[in-house]
Amino acid sequence: MANETAEARIPAHRRRFTRSQGVVLLVIALGGGLGAVSRYGILRWLPTAPGHFPWATFAINVLGCLLIGVLMVLITEVWTAHPLVRPFLGVGVLGGFTTFSTYAVEFDELLRPGGVVVAAAYLAGTLVCALLAVLLGVAVTRWAVSRKES
Amino acid sequence: MTAALVFLGAMVGAPLRYLADRAVQSRHDTLFPWGTLAVNVLGSLVLGGLTAAGSVLPPAVSAVAAVGFCGALTTYSTFGYETLRLAEDEAYFYAALNVVVSVLASVGAALLGRAAVLAVLG
Repeated sequence: MANETAEARIPAHRRRFTRSQGVVLLVIALGGGLGAVSRYGILRWLPTAPGHFPWATFAINVLGCLLIGVLMVLITEVWTAHPLVRPFLGVGVLGGFTTFSTYAVEFDELLRPGGVVVAAAYLAGTLVCALLAVLLGVAVTRWAVSRKES
Repeated sequence: MTAALVFLGAMVGAPLRYLADRAVQSRHDTLFPWGTLAVNVLGSLVLGGLTAAGSVLPPAVSAVAAVGFCGALTTYSTFGYETLRLAEDEAYFYAALNVVVSVLASVGAALLGRAAVLAVLG
């Protein structure tokens, strides 16, 4: 969305190079792989016992949301980022790191007799903390940039 | 070894998310992030099925398809950012709709995938 205005400021020869879909897809694939392996590492490090709050996925999704807030302010409002930065870091690394499918499946698995409270806490807790994390990432980055400029 | 399989699955899932998002978004001239919603629901359906089939599947398939592919196909960060963008654009109804529909449809899809696989496996 807002990245299109940043992209329009890139010189034409660089734009032609990076517009080639193959390069964009490759960069997304590599970033996605790195993000997913990081997620796998955290899930191995903090395994969730059945019936318990999935802290690992919670932390992954909240952290990823904080970082996308920081990233998007930096590349759409602060710098004229190279057109491959958003595909690599935003779509690739953070997209591959965070997961909606694991969130949905973990909620369903918690939704057993006796687990309803934990399930509801996980569903709402992730949602609230993740959205606040994006907001925090955006706000803190804007604040830090405005302080530096003034 | 398992990490390499996760990487491989994600190398397919993440670009597919990008392509699906572009394909869906180019057909709908709207603020609403249909593309991200579509991949999140689809990925939840597939992961629901894979998890239900968990004991039948070789661990390598789980690493590639569940952790790698489904994990990278779906995204919470883009969902969160797009929701904030809608709110910043004062499209509060769309922002709330995105939250409610994403959560309900993904959870429903995961249950559906699970039920379908359990029905097939008997």
